[in-house]
Amino acid sequence: MLSKPAEMHIPDGFLSVGVSIALWIVALIFIAISLRKVNQSLGERQVPLMGVLAACIFAGQMLNFTVAGGTSGHLMGAALATILIGPWASILVMTCVVGAQALLFQDGGLLALGGNIVNMGIIGSFVSYGIFTVIKRLAGERRVGVFLSGFTAGWTSIVVAALAVALQLAASGTTTANIAVPTMGVVHMLIGIGEGLITVGALSVVYAARRDLVTGDAPAKGGNRGLVIGGVLIAVLLAVASPLASAFPDGLEWVAEQQGFLDKAQGPAFELFPDYVVPGIQNEALATIAAGLLGMLIVLGAASALAWSRRKRATPSV
Amino acid sequence: MAAPQFMHLHYLDPYQPRDSVVHALDARIKLSLAVAFILVVALMPMGAWALYALLLALSLSVIVLSELGVGPVLKRSVLALPFVLAAAPLLITGGLPTLVTLPIGGGIPISAPGAARFASIAIKSWLSLQMAIVLASATSFPQLLLAMRALRVPKLFVATFGLMWRYLFVLADETQRMLRARAARSGVSGEPGRKVGGSVIWRARVAGAMAGSLFLRAIERGDRIYLAMASRGYDGEIRSFPMPVIPRAQWVVLFAAFFVLALLLGLSLVF
Repeated sequence: MLSKPAEMHIPDGFLSVGVSIALWIVALIFIAISLRKVNQSLGERQVPLMGVLAACIFAGQMLNFTVAGGTSGHLMGAALATILIGPWASILVMTCVVGAQALLFQDGGLLALGGNIVNMGIIGSFVSYGIFTVIKRLAGERRVGVFLSGFTAGWTSIVVAALAVALQLAASGTTTANIAVPTMGVVHMLIGIGEGLITVGALSVVYAARRDLVTGDAPAKGGNRGLVIGGVLIAVLLAVASPLASAFPDGLEWVAEQQGFLDKAQGPAFELFPDYVVPGIQNEALATIAAGLLGMLIVLGAASALAWSRRKRATPSV
Repeated sequence: MAAPQFMHLHYLDPYQPRDSVVHALDARIKLSLAVAFILVVALMPMGAWALYALLLALSLSVIVLSELGVGPVLKRSVLALPFVLAAAPLLITGGLPTLVTLPIGGGIPISAPGAARFASIAIKSWLSLQMAIVLASATSFPQLLLAMRALRVPKLFVATFGLMWRYLFVLADETQRMLRARAARSGVSGEPGRKVGGSVIWRARVAGAMAGSLFLRAIERGDRIYLAMASRGYDGEIRSFPMPVIPRAQWVVLFAAFFVLALLLGLSLVF
């Protein structure tokens, strides 16, 4: 497939419905804002430029380099896009990329798409924007400052997005924060190095050929001081909240329990289906399985029959 | 990438044209039903094995009806399953009673409720994936765009999304050419076990430089595309054909399918 950093794309089934919907709402709000912001700055050039750049990031995720032992580094692209075209345009571009990966390549789920847009698009873009701007300002406009801030932005965008994934999974009751946060964090601290290095490599080319794209002042790209602070704040918040959540998982577990109240109320699995018992089978678990299989066979049979009858009808006309 | 590395990239398109009832169904109905199915799967309680079996029957029937081939779809549907590792901690932290104790170290107890939850998550994810695959394989991209429009996705976004798809193949081809050029110049050996050239940092910078030039080319291409669009009368307004009418039979399919899904949801609440 086109994209590889699949450990960041949450498939369906891993987020609870409550968490999915909350993340969808956040995603929709920010997509709406970024559509308006980008339209203000680009006007009628918005559609062609954003479309092609989304295709570019999508295709750019194919670019890889061998690390060791068959593993390879890849580009996610949120940091690069944010640095070159600004945070709002980057959100739009990443939304297109992540959306296409879910809708067409099943890289990430449909219900979980809101969460994936939040993690890779929104958090990724804001955090890289905040970090890049702050460090660039600290280091000055020198070449090395641009590269240093580019590396940090790329690295942080990956790590913070991974922490967000871990917290969302923990809030869904899919995993426990005290294990998920450290594992996701450490793994992505390594993966983030690749992202940072690729971002620097890309910036060095753009810096040589189109310096205006890299050093262009923030307002032209639709950013402002508030966004810088917001981006850094997200990074800090997640960096602080994650270890806290993993040290005291009760808070997230409480969320998960609120989410999972439906199945909590149900009791252990095999006492769930007293009415599924098939006559003649004593063991309830076995009876459940048998009833399920029977239903499956009936529906499958009906569907196969329908498909077969259609094929019959189609054949004479050929 | 499993497919041949250096061929033209049109094989990327997941759409597989067939003459099936699922393909004939309006994209708006397909998208709503796929999302409804995934939502119902997500709403299922943990450990509802019989209901999972019924849902599996439902999705298998859709796969059979779509004539995409049960084997290929199921093979594709296990691709995302490695993510299930994310739920692995449940096996240990799920609580009592203990299912088995693994003879590793001092013995790792595997929790029975944790294992049930782990299996439920894996099954739910697998079921959702099957429906998403059928949706993508049985719906052409223009049809998907139409469905997105019908679901009130902003026009500007739909247009951007469509343009991305159109140029994805162009840029993916360009990326492939770059990868081929790199392979030809930086000492990648066909012999297994031979080291690739350069240090890791050097390799990362080369990949980054490729990303940078891809980006510059894309920006320039975007400007050219805009000029071409402007010269053909584009003024920022997205003009599209009116939505085709959904035939009555397809409405029946939609409501019947909703009824079945609601029934399954009802079953999960009752038991």
